[in-house]
Amino acid sequence: TTAARRASDNDGRVTVWFTDRDGDVQTVRAKLGDNLLEVAREYDIDLEGACDGTLSCSTCHLVVHPEWFPKISDPITEEEEDMLDLAYGLTDTSRLGCQVVVTEDLDGLKLTIPMATLDAREA
Amino acid sequence: MLLTVACCRFASSTASSTGPLRVCVIGSGPAGFYTAHQLVKRIDDVHVDILDKFPVPFGLVRFGVAPDHPEIKNCINQFTVLARKEQCRFIGNVGLGQDVGLAQLRPHYHAVVLAYGAEEDKELGIPGEDTPGVYSARSFVGWYNGLPEHRQLDPDLSGEVGVVIGHGNVALDVARMLLTPVSRLKTTDMCTHAIEALARSRVKQVRLVGRRGPLQVAFTIKELREMTKLPHCSTLIDPSYFHSIKSLLSELPRPRRRITELMLSVAENRGDKRPAGGKEWGLSFLRSPVEIVSSPTTGRLDSLRLEINKLQGTWDSAKVVPTGEFEDMECDLAIRSIGYKTVRVGRDVPCDPVTGIVPNVAGRVLDRNKSYIRGLYCSGWVKTGPVGVILTTMNKAYETAEVIQEDFRSGTLPEPERGDILEKLNNELGVDTVSFSDWENIDRHEVREGEKKGKPREKIVDLTQMMDIVHKSR
Ligand SMILES: Cc1cc2nc3c(=O)[nH]c(=O)nc-3n(C[C@H](O)[C@H](O)[C@H](O)COP(=O)(O)OP(=O)(O)OC[C@H]3O[C@@H](n4cnc5c(N)ncnc54)[C@H](O)[C@@H]3O)c2cc1C
Ligand code: FES
Repeated sequence: TTAARRASDNDGRVTVWFTDRDGDVQTVRAKLGDNLLEVAREYDIDLEGACDGTLSCSTCHLVVHPEWFPKISDPITEEEEDMLDLAYGLTDTSRLGCQVVVTEDLDGLKLTIPMATLDAREA
Repeated sequence: MLLTVACCRFASSTASSTGPLRVCVIGSGPAGFYTAHQLVKRIDDVHVDILDKFPVPFGLVRFGVAPDHPEIKNCINQFTVLARKEQCRFIGNVGLGQDVGLAQLRPHYHAVVLAYGAEEDKELGIPGEDTPGVYSARSFVGWYNGLPEHRQLDPDLSGEVGVVIGHGNVALDVARMLLTPVSRLKTTDMCTHAIEALARSRVKQVRLVGRRGPLQVAFTIKELREMTKLPHCSTLIDPSYFHSIKSLLSELPRPRRRITELMLSVAENRGDKRPAGGKEWGLSFLRSPVEIVSSPTTGRLDSLRLEINKLQGTWDSAKVVPTGEFEDMECDLAIRSIGYKTVRVGRDVPCDPVTGIVPNVAGRVLDRNKSYIRGLYCSGWVKTGPVGVILTTMNKAYETAEVIQEDFRSGTLPEPERGDILEKLNNELGVDTVSFSDWENIDRHEVREGEKKGKPREKIVDLTQMMDIVHKSR
């Protein structure tokens, strides 16, 4: 990780792994200070973000790899919890991409874009 | 199913075809746009026409979503990017079943997607429903959001007590509009006629009445929390409804548990911070309206007669059982918000007479004999029924786009026999079609008018005026 840390010093970016809906893994260099929705948009990764990061849609839902979940410094606010309640395939390590800012500690972050499966609430 | 048979028969015609996959989406709400979005993303050579009966796009994002929730409307940004793409074309002012029939459209496309939403409101079906002072949520929302057919509703807001029948997000929207300080609404895109009427409104109390209990509410936590934070407005929920629920809390799925906990905590804190002269709103459970009673002297709304219910079964499949006991709730205004339903847009458009939904499997439309109609699909509220938020609509729209792609690949789609529909619409059928750049002219006009009043936009509520702007700016 020293090498990775050095790399982030160089270009202000860290490595983030996205597993997309088709199960394909995409590795990107995420800009420090961007949120994960912005990162996905920069690399044309299929993450929706219908409300443009204003915490009112939950279409930027990401499942964080359990090992990485505690390393995210942005706390989960009550508003984010409320929106997560509507997310498809909610897990214990779910976050909204637009609420998580990329920091140096997140170098190597592993994320999964959950499949949009049917949800009990629709019935 | 029948699909495999159709497959073999038409495989040859696709093999010999040239040009893009041609798709027509009917309805420019979230369902229409998200279906088109996914088709353009997934298929390299595709062209999607998005038709709408109005000269303005976006369906309920424009005419439904509350004016004080502009963030929700941000999806319009993505829709606009899509509509400006070469692979996509908005054709407004064309009503299916009014200006053009399905049979006329289909020969021009490989696939047609029905996405025309749910345009009517459900009725209670009880005596007195047409009493003056009783409105449907659809017309009330349409009135403040500039839906042309409801701009003249002018609801009577001269009394203090309002009742909203229903426990969904639309019911909360309606209550919030009635209780939010007008100073907050003035800076939204709510129509000026509605802002002025709400400024004169005397409504101080709004009660939301639902047939079922706290565990069955259909609204979502964000909207509920917002209501509990309205300025100068207290929330009244009777804690006695929660006695038997408390022990269940830990077993509930997380979203249901959190919203119930919020209601419970509000119920238990009631009364202590009620500001003098302030407004209030509250939830009443286990009550079904059975009659709307009018005053014998004025003929105006006087009260709602409610039958008290109890619930049988588990919380997620609870059955409403009437007890035979009744209660009268006095009110000056009543708004029913018990849901929307799909309307039939033509005899050749399949529609389930009971549910109002277009019969389908995963978005593939079925005919009366339950076999697939090749090349006909549906998306959004016509596909699922009028439930769920934009997120739900989006996910279901992606499913529809996926099955279209599958059918395209397997060669089951009929080849278009005719050329560009626009020519037919404009010349043969005499339709005054509206393009996306025409809409952008209307949009600019609305934004300019809004700026003068310190609002994001002032919607034009008159179809003739919309078309005047279209013609003048061309
Ligand atoms: C009052 C209200 C408030 C809401 N607020 C929210 C919210 O805050 N957040 C949220 O996520 N969801 C909200 N929703 C839900 C959301 O609006 C729906 O999930 C979504 O709009 C459904 O999309 P749709 O495209 O199926 O229907 P619609 O949005 O209704 O779109 C249908 C389109 O078809 C057009 N059309 C109808 N008939 C014809 C015809 N015959 N020919 C051609 N075109 C036709 C209509 O003009 C319209 O543009 C709200 C719904 C309502 C009713
Ligand atoms: S983009 Fe809407 S909540 Fe994140």
